[in-house]
Amino acid sequence: MQKIIKIIISIVFLFVIGIFYISLTRDTNYNTSSLINKETPEFKIISFDNTNFYTKDDIKKNNYTLINFWASWCAPCKIEHPILMKLSQTKNLVILGINFKDKETQAKTFLSELGNPYDLLAKDKNGKHSVKFGIYGIPESILINKELMIIKKFVGPLSVDDYNNIIEIIEQL
Amino acid sequence: MKLNLILLLFIFFSKFSFAAEKTVDPNLIHKNLRCLVCQGQSISDSNSDFAQTIKLVVKDLIDEGKTEDEIYEFMSDKYGDWIVFKPQFNTQNSLLWILPYIALIFGGFFIFSFLKKRQ
Repeated sequence: MQKIIKIIISIVFLFVIGIFYISLTRDTNYNTSSLINKETPEFKIISFDNTNFYTKDDIKKNNYTLINFWASWCAPCKIEHPILMKLSQTKNLVILGINFKDKETQAKTFLSELGNPYDLLAKDKNGKHSVKFGIYGIPESILINKELMIIKKFVGPLSVDDYNNIIEIIEQL
Repeated sequence: MKLNLILLLFIFFSKFSFAAEKTVDPNLIHKNLRCLVCQGQSISDSNSDFAQTIKLVVKDLIDEGKTEDEIYEFMSDKYGDWIVFKPQFNTQNSLLWILPYIALIFGGFFIFSFLKKRQ
């Protein structure tokens, strides 16, 4: 009987230690893995100049689409802007910029000063559309292929590594 | 007579189910959703930009007629299970839900056999 008790205590001890180890080594930061390889959600978003709406059908035409959430008040958006400008010169990639909770005049000034890398420009006044794409802060970018599958999600400003990564994916075509 | 009774029951239960659908409490949902940009706060406790957006989306989903579970499912789908304070039962976290019951059964069995042996 004592042997069984010792075995049970050892198992419980190892179990508790195991749980602690897993919890302490786990990355508690929000990761976007749940969205990768999922189909792009349905959306209908108004264009920046209020003339029309963009839907999934507008993405279907492109080989690759990069959806970029940005705002003029967002400092990291300025950091990633040169990367977006460089990406805008890439073939087979359409960039859909979604202006997030921003003032129109300030957004326009931002683009006139730093350049406009966006092929399509839309706005998300109250941020509701961002939830469909699992956005929790900006800037965030989502790379979508022709089959409308989310193949990559970039949280935070795009870096040179991210740029190379995107180019590598596009060149596989 | 029977037909009237069936009709009456049908109206009563359909009204009851409509009433049940309407009682989705947004505050309860806000309390069970984690603010991803805050330190240990729920959407209900937080006044952050993210929390305000989530509150708007929850309101829209309730207006669309979504149930509480459907709203949690929608949020988990977009942000992962981390956003829900009370995780949904699925294959990944099944152990979390089942383990206390297993521990209870084995513990009970162990105490029972221990006491029986002492007697």
